Amino acid sequence: MFENLSHLALQHYWWILVSLLGSILVFLLFVQGGQTLIYQLGKTESKRSLIINTVGSKWEFTFTTLVTFGGAFFASFPLFYSTSFGGAYWVWIIILFAFIIQAVSYEYRSKPDNFLGKKVFDIFLFINGLLATILLGAAVGTFFTGSHFIIDSDRHSQWTMATRGLEAALNIQNLSLGLAVLFLSRVLACLYFFKTIDNDEIIADVKKQLLYNAVPFLVFFLLFTALLLLKDGFAVNPATGEVFMQPFKYFKNLVEMPLVALLFLVGVVLVLAGIILPVVSYVKHGNKAIVLSGLGTVITVFALFMLAGFNNTSFYPSVSDLQSSLTIVNSSSSKYTLKIMSYVSLFIPFVLAYIVFVWRAINNKKTTLGDLENEHVY
Amino acid sequence: MTQHFDPSLVDWSRAQFALTAIYHWFFVPLTLGLSFIVAIMESIYVKTGNEEWKRMTKFWMTLFGINFAIGVATGIILEFEFGTNWSNYSWFVGDIFGAPLAVEGIMAFFIESTFIAVMFFGWNKVSKRFHLVSTWLTAIGANLSALWILVANSWMQYPVGMHFNPDTARNEMTDFWAVLFSPVAINKFLHTVMSGYVVAAVFVVGISSWYLIKKREARFAKMSLMVGSVFGLVVSLYIIITGDQSARLMANHQPMKFAAMENLYDGTRKAPLVVFGVLKNNSNESPDKEDFAFKLSIPNFLSSMAFLDANAYVPGIRDITEGNAEYSIMPVNEKIEKGKIAIQALRDYNAAKKANDAGKMAEALTVLNENYKYFGYGYLNDAKQTIPSVKTTFYSFRLMVGLGFWFVILFILALILLYRNKLDGKNWFLRAAVLSIPLAYLASQLGWAVTEVGRQPWVIQDMMPTLTAVSNINVGSVKITFVLFAITFTLLLIAEIKIMTKQIKIGPNDGGNK
Ligand code: HDD
Ligand code: HEM
Ligand code: HEM
Repeated sequence: MFENLSHLALQHYWWILVSLLGSILVFLLFVQGGQTLIYQLGKTESKRSLIINTVGSKWEFTFTTLVTFGGAFFASFPLFYSTSFGGAYWVWIIILFAFIIQAVSYEYRSKPDNFLGKKVFDIFLFINGLLATILLGAAVGTFFTGSHFIIDSDRHSQWTMATRGLEAALNIQNLSLGLAVLFLSRVLACLYFFKTIDNDEIIADVKKQLLYNAVPFLVFFLLFTALLLLKDGFAVNPATGEVFMQPFKYFKNLVEMPLVALLFLVGVVLVLAGIILPVVSYVKHGNKAIVLSGLGTVITVFALFMLAGFNNTSFYPSVSDLQSSLTIVNSSSSKYTLKIMSYVSLFIPFVLAYIVFVWRAINNKKTTLGDLENEHVY
Repeated sequence: MTQHFDPSLVDWSRAQFALTAIYHWFFVPLTLGLSFIVAIMESIYVKTGNEEWKRMTKFWMTLFGINFAIGVATGIILEFEFGTNWSNYSWFVGDIFGAPLAVEGIMAFFIESTFIAVMFFGWNKVSKRFHLVSTWLTAIGANLSALWILVANSWMQYPVGMHFNPDTARNEMTDFWAVLFSPVAINKFLHTVMSGYVVAAVFVVGISSWYLIKKREARFAKMSLMVGSVFGLVVSLYIIITGDQSARLMANHQPMKFAAMENLYDGTRKAPLVVFGVLKNNSNESPDKEDFAFKLSIPNFLSSMAFLDANAYVPGIRDITEGNAEYSIMPVNEKIEKGKIAIQALRDYNAAKKANDAGKMAEALTVLNENYKYFGYGYLNDAKQTIPSVKTTFYSFRLMVGLGFWFVILFILALILLYRNKLDGKNWFLRAAVLSIPLAYLASQLGWAVTEVGRQPWVIQDMMPTLTAVSNINVGSVKITFVLFAITFTLLLIAEIKIMTKQIKIGPNDGGNK
């Protein structure tokens, strides 16, 4: 079935897949958001354990999605992989460290004789929550703001800033996206707790946290969106492959791709609905809020990726040398590889199906403090 | 390619990769094997309904979980390190190498991480059968992870199914099935996952023996020991078969690695196999001196093992570097020249393309294709650079093989003693079993030392020398990250070992859950 697609069509298909993985990843960062709330919501030892165990049962998904996102990007757009990872070295290394300490913390925190002590493992979880969200957000921000690199005719890249990617965090637009992702992940975590925790005191605190985090999320998200729509963008001449600056490029992309504009709107509305409805009536909407906002998050982020890569736009622009900018055409794998990988991608719905199936089987009822006594606990 | 080759950058990047790979490999083997052992135990539980088996399952599962977490933490680093530290490599072969990594994520890691949740959190939430299926799927998922990454690694040792595209300056895949079903890949997969099973079996037998020494949990320990040693005996026989095949494939596809591993300087027919020996001189540097201080060898055996023919010719290090007309082996210097021609042809091609000169492009392309086979050699300057560390490969290989045979004996002894009910009080044996745990880890690390050190200077055999594969970063950054990784992983390793030993001391009573 993929035999008849052109190289360009395959490149589009893979950009869609990578975008989908990326947007699911942003949604799953609610685990990280939850980790940044452990001190505010878990005032006593047992409450903190409950918080950690409820998000803890999902950490593997976020982690594995990140790994798969990386692998899929490598296979489909290897020039991005080699340019960005080797170039923005420090950003990626810090993100990686944030994930190393996460993976062990859940399993080890409450085991006896764990060397570093529960406190330290909890701090690790907190740090992971903070860094992973902000830095991943800021890294996605560079899709719109550009990075500092040059690529030669052998496709070897050279970063031109000694800060090795850390400079991205100083850009106000990247930073606002990073912070928006942080607060969004905390909002999503709150909604997830609505669905999964059965404890009145905690839920009362969660309700407060929902508001405290929804406001900064909106502020930063609106700031990012405003900057995005007003700024010049990195456009590509499809005939020559030449990259040039175009005023209001991303706004134009929205206008020229009405479907994407629609997705963006629907996504934002869903996210907002998920936040507002449980405030109006927790009893009625508390349980399904995470579904609304979660779906909204996936759709919104997906639309952002579409803006970055489609409609003759460079998705990984270089501000050091415009012509080094990466597009889905000049950075992709060969047609053959994309074709083979496309067949592999047919497994994705199947994977999603068993994840949902298993997720339902285990999460069929809410967790109480008492539950922590008779199961495998973190 | 950019000519920036900074040797200290290459060395630090190698050191960092080796460090992180070795740490990953501390945890992976146990995951591979223990997941199956646990699944076997749980199957018996579901079949018999005997709660003792459930207790065993839960205990070993707890140890599995402790180990798994850190295996995942170290794995993510390796994947992204291809980008961060080997970015030129990532472009040069990303078209082929990226695919297995992506397939691994989609087809393996998700199975593992989804069903492991059922394994740990599902005891009271899903049916017995569903739980059992999940345990098996976790094991299968883990082993599938190994499959894809080993396909990628095998391709580096024996590149197939691709061609060089001068327009993109990279290798592109032309045949996925050739990559997946390359004989090297299949054998490497079998040998490596088997090595994980051996490690896990020795682990179970060793820990069970510890309980017997302490006179605790005798029944539990003996049942575990039985599962461990039956499983272990089967796989340790199989590992010898696949190991033998590994060596044969190596002799055919990577003759230099083979010659180094055997410290064979001058090739001959009817080559003898040195079972054990002590190296005397570094034959790379002083080739004319006697190279063994002592050796124990079997006549003709190397030829028979490597080529299934006692009369076969096995080329030595000198034959490969200096060439040997009689057996039509081209000297490395000639390969280097051809490699340089290929590199120049690629430049000419690019220049002609810029100038829009179709005739010159075609001309350059012909030259490139004729010499592409030796492309990687063009970056070398000296034939000696193609010789990997003889010492490391020679000793590592012998120790691995020796240990392989010891594990067979260990499992046989365990079964005999168990069958005759004579394990209690046989402290010499029980202690040997406990001490074998670190040896099993050692054996599997040594296997990688042979594989990875032995293929130097190539990151991809004959196509890309390691020194051209690194990212353009300053060596200071890599030094810092090396130290950071070393500290972090060491701290986490200590934590893991402490938690693990504590759980073992607590024993299976709470299902190991407290
Ligand atoms: C418990 C671990 C263990 C044991 C007992 C053995 N091996 Fe092994 N061996 C490995 C664990 C391992 C490994 C870690 O899995 C390696 C590293 C890479 C690979 O393919 O497998 C390996 C590699 C490896 C290689 C290098 C392959 C290459 O470079 O591509 C050879 C030739 C052998 N083995 C041969 C043997 C033989 C003849 C054994 C006989 C008993 C043996 N191994 C036992
Ligand atoms: C299957 C996947 C693996 C791949 C794709 C892989 C790839 C690589 C690469 C890219 C390097 C750095 C370049 C070089 O020095 O040649 C390397 C070096 C190394 N790897 Fe592997 N590796 C794999 C598995 C392992 C494992 C599991 C171990 C460990 C126990 C290991 C041990 C080493 C060592 C010791 C080196 C350093 C060798 C040297 O530089 O002298 N590798 N490998
Ligand atoms: C350089 C090469 C390697 C890379 C890039 C790599 C990558 C990874 C990654 C990213 C993970 C975490 C997956 C998750 O999110 O669940 C992982 C775990 C794992 N890897 Fe590796 N890996 C390498 C070498 C190997 C080798 C050689 C094997 C086996 C033969 C192996 C087997 C496994 C297994 C079984 C796991 C499951 C987790 C665990 O062991 O605790 N890996 N690897």
